[in-house]
Amino acid sequence: MSYTSNYKENEKYLIDRIHFSLLSPIEIRKMAKVTVIRPEIYEADGSPVSGGVRDPHFGAIEPGERCPVCGNTREDCPGHFGKIDLARPVLLPHLGDKIDVILQSTCRNCGRILLPDEKIAYLTNIYEKLKEKWPILAETFSDEIAKQASSVSECPHCGYKQFKLKFTKPFNFYEVRPEGEIRLTPSEIRERLERVQDKDIKVLGVDPKAARPEWMVLTVLPVPPLSVRPSITMENGLRAEDDLTHALVEIVRQNERLKNFLSSNAPESMVEEAWQTLQNVIAAYIDNELPNIYQLSHRGRKQLKTIAQRLKGKEGRLRGNLNGKRVNFSARTVISPDPYISIDEVGVPEEIAKILTLPIVVTSYNIEDARKFVLNGPYNWPGAMFVYKTKQNVKIDLRYQRNYRQLAESLEIGDVVERHLINGDIVLFNRQPSLHRMSIMAHKVRVMPGRTFRLNLLDCAPYNADFDGDEMNLHVPRLEEARAEAQELMLVENQILSPRYGGPLIGGRQDYISGSYLLTVKTTLLTKDEVSLLLAAANYKGKMPEPAIIKPEPLWTGKQLISLFLPQGLNFEGRAKINAGELKCDNEKCFFDSYDIISNGKLLMGVFDKNAIGAEQPENVLHYITLEYGSEKAREFLDNVFRMFIRMLEIKGFSISLKEVEIPNEAKNKISNMVEQAKNEIQQFINDYKEGNLEVIPGRTPEESLELKIIQRLQKLRDDAGKLAISYMDPFNNAFIMARTGARGSDINITQMAAMLGQQTVRGKRISRGFRTRTLPQFKPGDLSPEARGFIIGNFRVGLKPYEVFFHAAGGREGLVDTAVKTSQSGYMQRRLINALQDLYVAYDGTVRDSVENIVQFKYGEDGVDPMLTYHGKAVNIDRIIEKAKVNEK
Amino acid sequence: MPSKVKEEEKILGHYLVPKHRILSLEESIEVLKTLGVRPWQLPRISINDPIVRILNGKPGDIIEIERDSPTAGKYKAYRVVVSY
Ligand SMILES: [Mg+2]
Ligand SMILES: [Zn+2]
Ligand SMILES: [Zn+2]
Ligand SMILES: [Zn+2]
Repeated sequence: MSYTSNYKENEKYLIDRIHFSLLSPIEIRKMAKVTVIRPEIYEADGSPVSGGVRDPHFGAIEPGERCPVCGNTREDCPGHFGKIDLARPVLLPHLGDKIDVILQSTCRNCGRILLPDEKIAYLTNIYEKLKEKWPILAETFSDEIAKQASSVSECPHCGYKQFKLKFTKPFNFYEVRPEGEIRLTPSEIRERLERVQDKDIKVLGVDPKAARPEWMVLTVLPVPPLSVRPSITMENGLRAEDDLTHALVEIVRQNERLKNFLSSNAPESMVEEAWQTLQNVIAAYIDNELPNIYQLSHRGRKQLKTIAQRLKGKEGRLRGNLNGKRVNFSARTVISPDPYISIDEVGVPEEIAKILTLPIVVTSYNIEDARKFVLNGPYNWPGAMFVYKTKQNVKIDLRYQRNYRQLAESLEIGDVVERHLINGDIVLFNRQPSLHRMSIMAHKVRVMPGRTFRLNLLDCAPYNADFDGDEMNLHVPRLEEARAEAQELMLVENQILSPRYGGPLIGGRQDYISGSYLLTVKTTLLTKDEVSLLLAAANYKGKMPEPAIIKPEPLWTGKQLISLFLPQGLNFEGRAKINAGELKCDNEKCFFDSYDIISNGKLLMGVFDKNAIGAEQPENVLHYITLEYGSEKAREFLDNVFRMFIRMLEIKGFSISLKEVEIPNEAKNKISNMVEQAKNEIQQFINDYKEGNLEVIPGRTPEESLELKIIQRLQKLRDDAGKLAISYMDPFNNAFIMARTGARGSDINITQMAAMLGQQTVRGKRISRGFRTRTLPQFKPGDLSPEARGFIIGNFRVGLKPYEVFFHAAGGREGLVDTAVKTSQSGYMQRRLINALQDLYVAYDGTVRDSVENIVQFKYGEDGVDPMLTYHGKAVNIDRIIEKAKVNEK
Repeated sequence: MPSKVKEEEKILGHYLVPKHRILSLEESIEVLKTLGVRPWQLPRISINDPIVRILNGKPGDIIEIERDSPTAGKYKAYRVVVSY
C-alpha cells in the first residue's frame, strides 16, 4: 500500500481539536512492523541487523532504498514503528503522580474507590459539573479524592484491610505493612490498575473511552521509525547513530538480560536488579533528566538527548522550531553610527547587498535596468543572481552562466530578475529584544563599503541600540504588497511618535543636545565662515540670512540659523531644560535665556536643549512639528538641523577632563567643615540613642529612628556639598553643560566627581553586614559612624580610600544583580502578555476583538483615541490651540 | 445577622460599583445589531454575581454597565448573563 495513493490534492481539512491519550498495548502491537530483540545495530558486513534497532522494516531512509513494508522509496515511505516486548512490565515514569493518585484512591483487593457508593456518586456528580465550568479545577479534583480515600483503613466494598502507600519519585511504590515496607513491583501495580472499574475511573480524571489506567504500565514499548532518529554518515565513512537509537539499544540489551535471567531461573535478587535497571533505562529513554535515575550517556560524559530533551526548553521543538523559525532573505552584522545618512536609511555592506536579492518583474519600463543587472552578473554590484524565463519556465542561476550579454539580450517582458539590493529598496531592520513596535522598522537601503550596518544616531532610541558591539538583523520583504505595506506602516519616518505615550520617541540625545545648546546659547556669535560650515552641514540651499551684528565684522546668532529651518507659522512657548535652580524663570522676561519662545517659525528667545529637541520628551518642539506639519517635515528637520548641531560641536570642540570637576581649595575647605559638622551632629544622634534620649519616630523602633535620622543628615550633607561644588564651577564647564541641558549625566554625577560619593546602600539600608558587629576589621565593633557604615567622603577626582572602594563595590554589585534579575523576570512576563494579547485587534467599528470576533473592549481605550496622535495622552490640548491662534493673530 | 436589604444597599451604594441596568429585549437587540455580534460574543457576567442577583438577571439577559472612565468620562460596557 502506498501512502501517497489516497491523498487528494484538493482535499483540505480543518483541525477541530486534538486529543491526547495513551497508546494501548494492542495498538502498539498492531502498528509495529518489527520486534526488536537484538542489541547489535550492524552486522560485520555493515548491513543492518535484522531484529535490531536499525532493521529495514523501520522505513526506507537511504537514497534508492525500497521499504520492505510499504514498498516506497525514502521520499514516500512515512517510516514504520517497531516494538520491544518487555520481559517484565515497567512504569511510565512521567505518569508516576497519576498512578499514585489511582493507587491511593482504590482498594488493593477489589479495585473500587475506597469510599461508600453514595459518596462516589456524589463526587462524580460534582466532578461532572466542575469539568463543564472549571476544567482546570477538575484536573486537580482527583487529588482531593485520593486524600479522602487514602485515610480509609478498610474497603467499604469488600472489607479488605488497606495499607499506607508511599511513592518515591520517579517510579517506586512501597506499601507500609505491619511486617515492614514492601516494594510493589510494576506487575503488581499493573494488576491493581487492571482491577479498577471504568465507572470509578472517570472521577479520578481518566477517560475510560480514551485510556485504561493499566496502560500506564508498559508491557510493550513502541520503537519509533528511523526517520525520527536518523543516523549520520561522516566523511570518513563512520556512522554516528542518533541519541534515541543509543538509548533504544540500551533498552534492548537490558531487556534481553532480564529475559535470560528469567529463562535460566536466576536467583530472585538478580532478576530484581535487572528489572530495576530496565525500568531505569526506559525512564531515561523518555526523560533523561528525571531526578533519582541513572542518566544515559555517551562513552564520554555527554548526556544522551532523549525524548523529553528534544521537546523541552529554549532550543527544544516547541520554542526552538515551532514558535521560532529561521528565515531566508535576512542578514545580521555589527552596527556602527553614521550621522550623514537619513534616519530612514540603513547602510548595507556591499557584500550583503550582493547576497540578498529581490525579484523584479521585467516590464517595458524597467527592461533596460533589468538588462544592466543581468549584464553585471552575480559578483558585481548592482547585479543579479537569477533570471526566471517565464515563457520557458526555467530558472537560470547566473553563477553558472558565462554569457551574461546573451542572457541580458534575451530578457523579455514578463521575465523575473532576482537582482541585488540597491539603494532605495525597503528593508526591515530589527534589534533584539523586540520589546515594542519600534524594535522593527522599515528603512531604505543605502549600499556602502565596509562590513557593518550603518545607522543614523537618532534611531538609537527606538532600537535601544549603542555601538559597543551591538548586532542587528535585516530582512528583505520580497513581494510588492509586502514592500508597500512596510513602507507605509513601518518606515522610520512614521514611527517618530510613540504609540506608548503621545510624544516623539526619536529625537536628540547626548551630543545632539550639547550641540544645539551651544548653537543657540546667547553668547554664541558666529562668523561668516562658521555660518557657512553649519548651513552646509544642514544641507541649506537658500540665501544667507542678514547678520545680527554688522560691525566690526558681520556676526550671526545660532537662533537665526535654527529659525531658517523651523516651519512657517510654528509657535512654541515653554521652559528649557536648563530652566531650573538658579536659572529658573516662568515667563518671557527671562534674563537667563532659559524660556523658549518660537513665534511664527522664528526662535526669539531661549536655548534648544533636551526640552526642545530631546527624544522621549512629549510636547516639545519636535513633537509639535511632527503632529502639525507631518512626519515627512519632521524627518527633514531631524536629518538636516541635527547635523548642524553636531557640526557646531565640531567647530567648538567639546570634551571633558579632570579640570571640569576641579574645585578651588576654598571650596574644599568649606566641604571639610560641612563634613565635620555633620559628623558631630550624627555623633550626637548616636549618643542620644545610647542614652535613650533620641526622639523616636512614630511607628519605628529606636534603632530605625536613629538610622533614618543619620541617613537624612548624610543625604543633606551630600546635597549641600554638591551644591557648593557646582556653585564654584564655570557655567561653560562642559560636564556642567551636559548635566544642565539633559545631554548626559546629572548634578549627582558631578557631585560624585567633584565633591563626595555619599552613602552606599544595599537593599536601601546603610551597609551593615560583613563581620560580626562591624562592616570591616579596621572599624571598632558596633561603630555606627558614617564612614563605618558605607558613607564615602571621597570623590572620584581625588580617588577613594581602600575601604571606600569596598563599600562602593558592594553598592554597585546590588545594581548589577538587580538588572540581571529584572530583565529575566520582565522578559518572561512580556512573553506571557504577548501570548495572551497577540490576536487582539481594533476592528473598523472601533471595538477591540479577538480572533473569533469576541468583544474585548467596546471602544478602544474606552475613548477610541490613538495614543500615538495625542498630546502626551490628552486627545485635545487647549493650550496648544490657543498658542497656535496667537501666531495667526500676529 | 445583616438583613438582605441592607446588604443590597451596601453593594449598590458602594463607590466602586458602577451603574448596572438590565436591557429590555428591544434594547438588547439594538445593542447586538449595532455591535454586529451574537450574544455569546459579548463579555460575560455570572448569574451569581452579587449585582446580577440584586437586579434579578436571567441567563441571556444583557446588562449595560456605565462606568467612569479616565479617558472618556463615561464608558458603556455590555455583558451577557450566563448561568455559571
Ligand atoms: Mg550595546
Ligand atoms: Zn515504508
Ligand atoms: Zn475492596
Ligand atoms: Zn469585591
